Amino acid sequence: MLARRLLFGLVCVAGLTALLGGLLYGTANGPADPPGYDPARFHNAEFREVVQRVNQEFEERWQEAGVSPAPRASDLAIMRRISLGLTGTVPSLEEIRLYEEARPEHAEQWWLSRLFPDRRYADYVAERLARAYVGTENGPVLLYRRRRFVLWLSDQLHENIPYDQLVRQLISDTGVWTDKPAVNFLTATCTEDNGSQPDPVRLASRTTRAFLGVRLDCMQCHDDNLEGRWEQSDFHELAAFFAPASSSLKGIRDKSQAEYEYQYLYADEEVVVSPEPPFNAELLEPGGAPREQLARWVTNDQNKPFARTMVNRAWALLFGKPLVAPIDSIPLEGPYPPGLETLADDFVAHDYDLRRLFRVIAATDAFQRDSQADFEITLDHEDAWAVFPLTRLRPEQVAGGLLQAASLATIDADSHIIKKLIRFGQESEFVKRYGDMGEDEFDDRGGTAPQRLLMLNGKLVKERTEPNPVLNASSRIARLAPSDEKAVDTAYLAVLSRSPAAEEKEYFVNTLRGAKGNQRARRMEDLYWTLINSTEFSWNH
Amino acid sequence: MSNLFPACGSLSHFNRRTLLTAAGASGLCWLTPVAEILARDAEQTRSARAKSVILLWLQGGPSQLETFDPHPGKRIAGGAKAIKTSLPGVSLAAGMEQTAELMDSVALVRSVVSKEGDHERATYNVKTGFRPDPTLVHPSIGAVVCHELPVGGCEIPRHVSILPGAWPGRGGYLGDRYDAFQTFDPLGPIPDVTKRVSDERFDQRLKSLDVVERAFARRRLRDLEERKTLQSTTIGAAVKMMSSEQLKAFDVQEEPQSVRDQFGDTPFGRGCLAAARLVEVGVRCVEVELGGWDSHANNHEIQTSRVKELDPALASLIRMLKERDLFDETIVLCGGEFGRTPNINPAGGRDHWPHGFSVLLAGGGIRGGVVLGETDPEGGKLEHPEEFEMSPGKGIQVANIHATVLHALGIQYKKELMTHVNRPMAISKGDAIPELLL
Repeated sequence: MLARRLLFGLVCVAGLTALLGGLLYGTANGPADPPGYDPARFHNAEFREVVQRVNQEFEERWQEAGVSPAPRASDLAIMRRISLGLTGTVPSLEEIRLYEEARPEHAEQWWLSRLFPDRRYADYVAERLARAYVGTENGPVLLYRRRRFVLWLSDQLHENIPYDQLVRQLISDTGVWTDKPAVNFLTATCTEDNGSQPDPVRLASRTTRAFLGVRLDCMQCHDDNLEGRWEQSDFHELAAFFAPASSSLKGIRDKSQAEYEYQYLYADEEVVVSPEPPFNAELLEPGGAPREQLARWVTNDQNKPFARTMVNRAWALLFGKPLVAPIDSIPLEGPYPPGLETLADDFVAHDYDLRRLFRVIAATDAFQRDSQADFEITLDHEDAWAVFPLTRLRPEQVAGGLLQAASLATIDADSHIIKKLIRFGQESEFVKRYGDMGEDEFDDRGGTAPQRLLMLNGKLVKERTEPNPVLNASSRIARLAPSDEKAVDTAYLAVLSRSPAAEEKEYFVNTLRGAKGNQRARRMEDLYWTLINSTEFSWNH
Repeated sequence: MSNLFPACGSLSHFNRRTLLTAAGASGLCWLTPVAEILARDAEQTRSARAKSVILLWLQGGPSQLETFDPHPGKRIAGGAKAIKTSLPGVSLAAGMEQTAELMDSVALVRSVVSKEGDHERATYNVKTGFRPDPTLVHPSIGAVVCHELPVGGCEIPRHVSILPGAWPGRGGYLGDRYDAFQTFDPLGPIPDVTKRVSDERFDQRLKSLDVVERAFARRRLRDLEERKTLQSTTIGAAVKMMSSEQLKAFDVQEEPQSVRDQFGDTPFGRGCLAAARLVEVGVRCVEVELGGWDSHANNHEIQTSRVKELDPALASLIRMLKERDLFDETIVLCGGEFGRTPNINPAGGRDHWPHGFSVLLAGGGIRGGVVLGETDPEGGKLEHPEEFEMSPGKGIQVANIHATVLHALGIQYKKELMTHVNRPMAISKGDAIPELLL
């Protein structure tokens, strides 16, 4: 028995060493083209046309602003952006080797085709969307299961369920929160304050911000005192759609009789408020429970704010910065930035296909601009999207990147469960210390000293860079790389998704020169630590 | 910053030994050099003695009726008792015995009003003195104080939040570098301040980091460091902090057991003790949070349990500041985001009430023994006048409390700062309350 185990272990180690050897020499095994990647598809007129139109709009914007665009970024830089935006991590060395072998014509599309079927995409984007839908709080203990909700969202994304269908289900589903996870959108508001019943006020606020890009929150208490469009009644008439929803042991249902009453500011008494959309009221179709009517109205093809809002969010996921900021406040009447209307129309025309939306955005010139140029780059260039904007990575992107960089093979759904559990635990502790941004997902912020302390001295960085021939890439590279040059190249690719510049390579090769055994492992640890502590590692660029 | 102090451009410059030899050129702190020069300038013209703020933040909304503003015997008291204080005719709620003895040293405002009844929005309002604004984030009071007052010899973060809940003080439009440094029960270690490798190796790593940083900055955004990343500024600050003797201020175990006992054997009590030690080494603002006041049900039990932690900590803090001759240099502020309804709901709870709640002030520049404003013993709302006006039935806006504190610190609170959206913004839109000032 023992002999058999030993043999098994030996076979594993041998296999792994062979694989790693391949990675370090710059080869990998695996299919060159992922399913769903067909270069012809991205040449076809219909796809090119929409990309061209968006490009044209940005071109005009650059001319207006008097800025020149940066050149195209490298394929690897673009792949890094996509991985961070849609999976919350950096490409693994294994994945980079696959790309180098395939050298696909449309690197960004090839890369998206690999990531979409990967559970990392669905899981990560689901968590990002959940922030907008239910926030980050754990909510009412018995009635609400946030993790179940996120898992459900992830399943929808994995199946690529049309986005309008997904949102209709969120707004109008009925049943028990464990069995019908979409209703957690409602039960998240079933707080004790509210008698453990769905809260129409909070739901109205969520619905407008998350799905329509409109902030009506202030109108809960008073008429709009800024631009004057909204009245207090707009808010409460929307909230009234949620009034019949009630929670019981049978889950979320709609009562047939339920009136929403409210005492407006300066009014003497409560009045019954009937459901009414705050704009585009002609799109409301009768039939079904009020929530069903609302769900159909929100997702109506003519109700453009719905599509615009998701386009803005998809843009923000990929760029780290929304087209219109704040992300949930898009003017109903415009004017709109370049790309927004065209992308929204395309999103509607293609049945709210999220994957297509990501594909189109990733194909645009704006997304593919470099963040470096031979001219002097100013904030004006960033504002006009003439260069790729530098944005600080979110804490879980830093953690995800760190864990991936410390492992040469891809950590994905196929990884060993223990590895995934370790990753989950380490990641959540790190995120807490780094400072979760909560729902302020895309605020523009610089780094802080406490974050630097966490990177300089934190436990996770220490554990994932220190000599550990089983778990850590730094030690494995130190041991297996055929030359100092190859070792430095490999570390740069694994951590920063690029090759070192000449002077970087020279400098670090010198630090490795002549070092053997443990000393070499420690020098590699230093190199890993250094790269992980760089600006480049914790920023999107 | 490299424009002003070219020598500071390299990261390896930030190690302890170099710092000691170059102590004079200490542009490397929590402020940019420009801000520091301005702040130094301000130092020379300052007349106010107060230079630090300790904010005891009561998150969740403490009930004024069971803390600083009891109405014994009235219907709204719901049976809650009151006690006499060292000020004739002034009572506090039962449980506040230690604070009651110090009433001649503190000022109490019992008529604060705001228009925010949601925890998050109201916290923003009370911590910043402004209502939430979708177009920009205002700095909280600690960030303003750090921005306006000189750095002095402080090597550790000048804005500290002990036991932070969901919304610790933020730099807002002043920038993330004015965010509060978050730390927890002072019994535990301060997170992440200890090197994992030898000094030599650490210095070597920083030197290597310079190589990577230079490669990244090349051909990228102009003034990348100042406009975006603050990477070397924050690493410099982090490294300086790691080797600072001042870190010991966090360690309350240096105090005798008898002193610690007075503050109460609670994280909040230890936080208050640490706060006193921190202002002693030059920290400008310490927030210490005591949560759990949101008593929508079982109000009396919940408030009583909170008061039991608050009273010894608050009173011991004031006493300690006096003993250590820090009372005139420090302003203690104590309050939460709103008060609670005079009416008791069917669950025995009190709900949110921004129409008349209490804030306590004490210390440098603040007149002791003052009680300002009163709430309706029958439970009516106070009026919300825009301008400050001291008359019965009228409330005092949160912004006026801010203006008072800033004035006591010698800060020109009507001065406008330029925000990143190029919109000038007054530091406070309130007016200092003369009755509260010495």
